[in-house]
Amino acid sequence: MSIKKGLTILLAGASVLTSSMSFAAEEVNVYSYRQPFLIEPMMKEFTAETGIKVNILFAKKGLIERIKREGQLSKADIMLTSDFSRLALFTEDGLAQSVESEIIDNNIPSKFQGEKKQWFALTSRARSIYSSVDRVGPAPNITYQDLASPAFKGKVCMRSGKHPYNVSLLASIIAHEGEAKAKTWLEGLKANLARKPQGNDRAQVKAVKEGLCDYALTNSYYLGKMLEDPKQVAWAESVHINFPNQGTTGTHMNVSGVSVVKYAPNKDNAIKLIEFLSGDVAQNMYAEINYEYPVKPGVKASELVASWGQFKEDEIKLSEVAAQHKTAIKLLDEVKFDL
Amino acid sequence: MISKWFNPYKLLPWVVTCILLSPVLAIFLNAFSFDESGSFEHLLNTVLPTYISNSILVIFFVVLISIVFALPCAWFVACCEFPTRQKLQWILMLPLAMPPYIVAIVYTDLLDYAGPIQLALRDWFGWQSINDYYFPDIRTLFGASFVLALSLFPYLYLLLRGAFLTQSAGLFQAARTLGLSPYRAFWRVSIPLSRSAMAVGISLIAMETLGDFATVNYFAVHTLTTAIYDTWLELGSLTTAAKISSLMLLALVILISLENYSRRKQQVYQRNNSGSTDLRFHLTGWKKWGVLVFTWSLLCLSLFIPIGTLLYYAVHYFSESLNDRFLNYTINSLWLAFLVAILALLVALTVNFYKRLSPGVFAKSSIRLSSLGYAVPGTVVAIGVLIPLTSLDLLLNDLLIQWNLSPVGLIFSGSLVILVLGYLVRFSAIAVGSVDSSLVQVSPSLDLASRTLGNGPAKTLWRVNIPLIKKGLLTAFILVFIESMKELPAALLLRPFNFETLATYVYQYVSDEMIEYAALPALMIIALGLIPFIVVNRLLEQKQ
Repeated sequence: MSIKKGLTILLAGASVLTSSMSFAAEEVNVYSYRQPFLIEPMMKEFTAETGIKVNILFAKKGLIERIKREGQLSKADIMLTSDFSRLALFTEDGLAQSVESEIIDNNIPSKFQGEKKQWFALTSRARSIYSSVDRVGPAPNITYQDLASPAFKGKVCMRSGKHPYNVSLLASIIAHEGEAKAKTWLEGLKANLARKPQGNDRAQVKAVKEGLCDYALTNSYYLGKMLEDPKQVAWAESVHINFPNQGTTGTHMNVSGVSVVKYAPNKDNAIKLIEFLSGDVAQNMYAEINYEYPVKPGVKASELVASWGQFKEDEIKLSEVAAQHKTAIKLLDEVKFDL
Repeated sequence: MISKWFNPYKLLPWVVTCILLSPVLAIFLNAFSFDESGSFEHLLNTVLPTYISNSILVIFFVVLISIVFALPCAWFVACCEFPTRQKLQWILMLPLAMPPYIVAIVYTDLLDYAGPIQLALRDWFGWQSINDYYFPDIRTLFGASFVLALSLFPYLYLLLRGAFLTQSAGLFQAARTLGLSPYRAFWRVSIPLSRSAMAVGISLIAMETLGDFATVNYFAVHTLTTAIYDTWLELGSLTTAAKISSLMLLALVILISLENYSRRKQQVYQRNNSGSTDLRFHLTGWKKWGVLVFTWSLLCLSLFIPIGTLLYYAVHYFSESLNDRFLNYTINSLWLAFLVAILALLVALTVNFYKRLSPGVFAKSSIRLSSLGYAVPGTVVAIGVLIPLTSLDLLLNDLLIQWNLSPVGLIFSGSLVILVLGYLVRFSAIAVGSVDSSLVQVSPSLDLASRTLGNGPAKTLWRVNIPLIKKGLLTAFILVFIESMKELPAALLLRPFNFETLATYVYQYVSDEMIEYAALPALMIIALGLIPFIVVNRLLEQKQ
């Protein structure tokens, strides 16, 4: 390769480098732990209504660390998460700022808001127990505690205990019953697993269909998602969805949520986005497209989700659950849950 | 004295090494800061021993399986003659284009209890439950090692084949004349002569395995990378994560140094790389069939089955997965990989020629140090790169404000500069290693001759050395190119807004186990990785 050719290539590379740095005038920058395909419909609608362009950076790990390093120069306006524990960590690190907005306050009930309005939940999902249609039938009275009782030996499937959804459930049990009882529960649960924790929530339902286990610990919205998929519809039809702990504490709910970043360069647009995401249009889309439960009072769940029935939710404060997050991780290590 | 220190041949390699080392160093420094959380002690008392033994076992199995795959293949292709040999010699490199996390998903899907293979078996034999029959569990340490080896063995194959081809055939012939059987001559002459290639190959594979998170995690196998991610991302203790990373690196550095020390007096130079056909063993009968079955079934496992599965998904989910942004992501991936590959070559040439011009401890350590990043898990490298570059950005902006100039924002860490650096830190090792292993085979007498004839070091490099290691350079280029195409964790975390590569696009579906929707872009990654192989192969064939 001649030197001239090499230089041309380098220059071409450099021009692409710089071009990606220019931004449009009205915009809002989102760091997202949620997959873009789940939130793109709402973002498109937001841009159509307001003309504000939404830039998304998606990753499953390390976004908080990136914002921390970028400090006051960070371009991030909004942190979007699929679980509550990350929001709690984010707030704890002093990276979120309080938001005052009447619209948001009207849209999101206070139990779904941080104490200083540093975070807001946008949707909630039930940590439900699916039971096999063939071998169990509906199990309306089931509890999380049942999963650890000897009668369930070899019948339970679930994903890694370290996944945020499971950590959150364990943290809520610690908050309700204390660390010692939670540890006994965790040990019992581990002893009942049909196989070492693996795969994602959908894979557990598949395992129930194939007869590997009778019960699967899975989020509610996956049932809707699986019914949409030509291959997975058979898995979904092989299970009943049950909302645990109806007679006791209520079903554990985990949330997806949002925070405004401390140094947000486009703070006004960030607030507009949260106002939009908590408003009727977006809340309806969350319900209809993603089968999640809207947080805004008055917005209905989708017809399918509604057909699963009304149930009692665990009313414990999210911040109390979040406070047990680290203890939950340590318990999981202590009982070697995933090993 | 001053001119001696400002000699560009000496300064440049150190600048390069320092830049590549800065992220690793940043992590290392973090490891020594005070940590009040007690996470490390907690880990040590609970899961860390299992994680450590798992890491060691995974590396052991991956290396072992890779040798079992690569060594026979390399020797058959280099030293034997049998049908399809010509094709095989480059097809065997192609599994490198397969991202291990994709292969992992394909195989766990296929071999799982709920997968099509076990389903079919239950159907045929009328088995009712898991208790009626035995089937090896895929989600085990061995399963993970096997799948990793399927996509990593070509590194070793590539280096060993190169070594076998350039080994003087005369030595092998002499051993035969002295009464050794081909089998014994292979073990006593060919293998010892290829030790340097073997060492480089094995350490590349070991480093990649040590840094892997996605694949082992998919197999529900927990290694040291699991500990790093847990402590850092869930418990919020970067210090503990850094401690574990540093321990991992230290173990690796010790191992590699030991190996290097043990062959410090060994020197092998190529004589002629004639490799003429008539010296090859012509295989017939069962030997021929044995070789054919071995090589092609290996290719089935590592290449054809995963690609076939992806094609099946891609066809069935074609309308859902095709969209207009495809081309955009493809172009992003392509030029990024191209740029990184060129830069990695420059890095490799710089440090390797420094070592050649002034051999010594310093030169050797500069090679070793510039390669460290390869063994660090991608996300940790990403954070390691963020630390110095964000500091640089903050410093620059402070200075600008002090001088009453308008601040420029995150021009390093908020642009693609950081992504390119992240890739370089991760993949320079591959380029440095393969340039090193081809350069050591060029006899220094050629350099001396060139210098005696009045050529300076630069001219000697350009006119003598580079032409002689052209093949090594091409290989280095392709390997880095392909690794960059596949790279995921650093790309995910370091990219600027609205910048997607094919790998990050695939990941958003794969992370929700919607592999069907990701099949088409995944095939694109593989196809683009295959193209440079095929082009280079054509070029080399034309020359022959």
